Amino acid sequence: MHGTRILDEADRLMTVCNSCRYCEGLCAVFPAMEMRRAFSDGDLNYLANLCHSCGACYVDCQFSPPHEFNVNVPQTLAIARAESYAAYAWPRALSGAFARNGLVISIVAALSMAAFIFGFAALNDRSVLFGVHTGPGAFYRLMPHNAMAALFSAAFLFAILALVMSVRAFWRDIGTPIGGRADGGSIFQAIRDAGELRYLHGGGVGCYNEDDKPTDRRKLFHHLTFYGFLLCFAATSVGTLYHYLLGREAPYPWWDLPAVLGTLGGIGLVVGPVGLFIAKSRRAPELLDESSSGMDVGFIAMLFLTGLTGMLLLILRETAAMGPLLALHLGAVFALFITMPYGKFVHGIYRFAALLRYAQERRTEA
Amino acid sequence: MGSKYDVLVIGGGNAALCAAIAARRGGASVLVLEGAPKFYRGGNTRHTRNMRCAHDAATEILTGPYTEEEFWEDLLRVTGGQTDEVLARHMIRESKDILNWIVEQGVRWQPSLGGTLSLGRTNSFFLGGGRAMLNALYLTAERLGVDVAYDAEVTDLVIEDGMFLAARLKRPIGGETEIRATSLVAAAGGFEANIEWLKQYWGEAADNFLIRGTPYNRGSILKMLLAKGVQEVGDPTQCHAVAIDARAPKFDGGIITRHDSVVFGIVVNKHAERFYDEGEDIWPKRYAIWGRLVAAQPDQIAYIIFDSTVVTSFMPTLFPPIAGQTVAELAGKLTLDPVALEKTITEFNAAVRPGTFDHTILDDCVTEGVTPPKTHWARKIETPPFLAYPVRPGITFTYLGTRVNKESRMLMADGKPSANMFAAGEIMAGNVLGKGYAAGMGMTIGSVFGRIAGREAAKHARN
Repeated sequence: MHGTRILDEADRLMTVCNSCRYCEGLCAVFPAMEMRRAFSDGDLNYLANLCHSCGACYVDCQFSPPHEFNVNVPQTLAIARAESYAAYAWPRALSGAFARNGLVISIVAALSMAAFIFGFAALNDRSVLFGVHTGPGAFYRLMPHNAMAALFSAAFLFAILALVMSVRAFWRDIGTPIGGRADGGSIFQAIRDAGELRYLHGGGVGCYNEDDKPTDRRKLFHHLTFYGFLLCFAATSVGTLYHYLLGREAPYPWWDLPAVLGTLGGIGLVVGPVGLFIAKSRRAPELLDESSSGMDVGFIAMLFLTGLTGMLLLILRETAAMGPLLALHLGAVFALFITMPYGKFVHGIYRFAALLRYAQERRTEA
Repeated sequence: MGSKYDVLVIGGGNAALCAAIAARRGGASVLVLEGAPKFYRGGNTRHTRNMRCAHDAATEILTGPYTEEEFWEDLLRVTGGQTDEVLARHMIRESKDILNWIVEQGVRWQPSLGGTLSLGRTNSFFLGGGRAMLNALYLTAERLGVDVAYDAEVTDLVIEDGMFLAARLKRPIGGETEIRATSLVAAAGGFEANIEWLKQYWGEAADNFLIRGTPYNRGSILKMLLAKGVQEVGDPTQCHAVAIDARAPKFDGGIITRHDSVVFGIVVNKHAERFYDEGEDIWPKRYAIWGRLVAAQPDQIAYIIFDSTVVTSFMPTLFPPIAGQTVAELAGKLTLDPVALEKTITEFNAAVRPGTFDHTILDDCVTEGVTPPKTHWARKIETPPFLAYPVRPGITFTYLGTRVNKESRMLMADGKPSANMFAAGEIMAGNVLGKGYAAGMGMTIGSVFGRIAGREAAKHARN
C-alpha cells in the first residue's frame, strides 16, 4: 500500500506494464520502470515526473480502457505528478495552494497588480501615473529603481529558496542509483533531453492530443513558451547588468539587446501559452488530469499575462498608457514570481530532476 | 461507404491492412470491414510485438543476417516438415522486402531492448507494440482513401462458382446492407474465440481454454468460405497455444498473462505429478509447446513450481506467484495433495545432479533417475517460500484455413483457383504452418500474403 490512492493505481499499472514492456521504446518512463520490480512512493513519483504526457502509450496500449485491465498511464501519472508537487512543497503549510491553484493565482495576481497601481498612485500624484515619460529612467519615475530591485529580488529569492527546498525533498525521495552521481555527462544529457523535449514525441511521430493522429503542435507551443520565458529572463538579466555595470537605465531602445531579447521572448510568451491553452482544451479527456486543470490554466494565464503586458509596454511606453501598463506588467511578474513554487511552474524543475536521475541510471547501468 | 468497391477486405488486422494498402496503392477503391468495434480492431495483431523477416545483413535494428535458408530451416524444424514448401519459400523470399515496405506504410521499428526474448537477430520489434503498428497502418490506409467500417459483422457471402459477388453485413447503426466488390480479400483470422467450434475437435476440454486475443476471432468468414467450396487446409486441432496464467481473463489477456518460469522449476498437473521435461529446449520452442502440453492434462490445469531463489530470473508477472512457507502449505493453497507434491519435489531434488547453471544455453544441470527427466537447468527446489503459478492453455490462433496459391488466391475444392477471392493472414496460416510456431511468423504470414493478396485483388479488379 502506498501513501495515496493514485500511487496504488500507479503501482498496479507499473506491474502490468512491467510484464508487457511493449512501450519500452516510446520514452524514458518504461525503461526506468524496467530497472525496478517493486515500486516505492519515491519510485512512482520519479516515474510520474519523468512522464511528458505525450499519450503514445495510451494510444498504443492493447489494455487501455475499455479493456478490463484499464491501463491509463498518462492520466494516472498526470494525477500522481500533480499530487507530488504538493507532497514536496516547501514550506509544507503552503502545499494546499496547489489544490486551489487557479484561484490562488488569480487572487495573488489581482492583488499584486492592484498593489502596483495603487502603489504608483500613492507614491506619486495622478499626473505621474498617467503622464508621458520618455528616455532612460522613464520607468523609475513611477517607482525608484532600488525599490523595484529590492521588491523583485525578495520575491525571486523566496521563489528560488522554496523551489530548492522542494526539489531537494523530491531528489531524496526518488533515491540514488547504486554508484550513481550527478556527473557532468548526466547533467549535459538531462539538459539536452529537457531542452529538446525529447520525450514529448510519442516515440517519434509526435504527441497525441485531441484524437489518435499525432502532431508536434504541443511541442512547438511548449518550446515557444519555454524559450520565450528564458528570453524574457535573459532580457531582465542583461538589463540588470546594463544598469549596474554600464550605468544604462531602462527603458532601452527597441534595437538594444534587452529590448530585442524581451521582444522575442514576449512573442513566445504570448503565442506559446495561447497555443498550449487551445491544445489543452481540445485534449481527449481520458488523457487529462481534470482536477489539476486550474493549476495548468493558472500558470498558462500568468505567462500569457506577463508576455502580453510586456509587449504592450514595449509598444506603448511612450504614451500615457505607460504608467498603468508598467504597473500591470510588474504586478504580473511579481505574482508569477511568488506563485512559482506553488503552481505548474514546478513541473519543469521536477521533470529536469527526473531526467537527470534517468540519465544517471542509464550511465550507471551501461 | 458506397455499395460497390473494387476490393473488399474482410478483417482488420495486419494482413487485412497490408492488403487494403497494397490494393489502394494498386489503384483500387477499397473497403475494409472490421467486425470488432474500433478499440478492438486488428484481431491478434493488437497483441503482437515483432515480425520475423529474412535479411542478408545486419540493419539498424537487427544484429545480424538471417538468411532465407536459415529461416526455411527454422520453419522446417518447428513444423516438423508440415508446410507447403513452395508457399513457404515464396513467403520467406518476400519477407526480405516486407521489412522495408512495412516501414514505408508508417510502421516503426525499435531495437530489441528488454524482456526475455533473444530475438535481436531474427525478429524486428514494432515500436510501441502491435497496436502501435495497427494505428500506423490504419492512419496510412485512411490517408490513402481506404474506407473502413467498424462493428461490421458479415453475415453472408454471396459466392457463385468460386466467384465472389457480394457480402451481406449487419451493423449496429445502419442495419443490414449488401456490399458488392470485384475482388475479395478474406483476412478475418482464425476461430480460436469460438469455443463451440473448438469443442468439435477438443471436446469439453475446450471449456478450460483461455483465449489470448479478442473475442471477435470467431472464424465465421472461414466457416462460410469452407461451406461455399473453398478448399480446406490444416489440421483443425493445431493451434498456437502457450501456457498462460490460469487467473487470466477468458479473452484478450494478451501478452502479459504468459509465463516463462518453466525452466526455473518443475511443472506438475492436478495430481501433483510432473509430466514433461521442463528443460527440453530453449525459449522459442519451450514457449510454443507448453500450451498443448497443459491442454493434454486432466482439467487442463498445471502448476509451475519453483522456489524463492529464482524469482528475479524471469520477467515480472502480472499475477503474483502463490506462496507457501512449506511445500504442504503451498499445496494447500493450490488444492493439490500435499503428500503427493512433497513426494514429487523430494524425488526431483534427489535426482538433481550438480552442474553449471546457465539458462541462456542448453547447460549441464540434469536429473538422473526420475521420469520424466529434466535435461537442462535442473536445480533443487528447496529454499522457502515455495512459489507457484497456475497455468492453462492460452490459445493464440488456429491453423485450419483456406488453401491458397502463391498469388494468395484461394483454391476451390476441385483444385481450381478462385476467380476473385484471395486470403491472407491467420485464415490461411495453415498453408505454411502445419504445426508448431516460432515467434513473429504470424506477422510475416500476415504482411507478406496480405500485400500479395491486395496487389493481386487490385490487379483483378482493374482488368
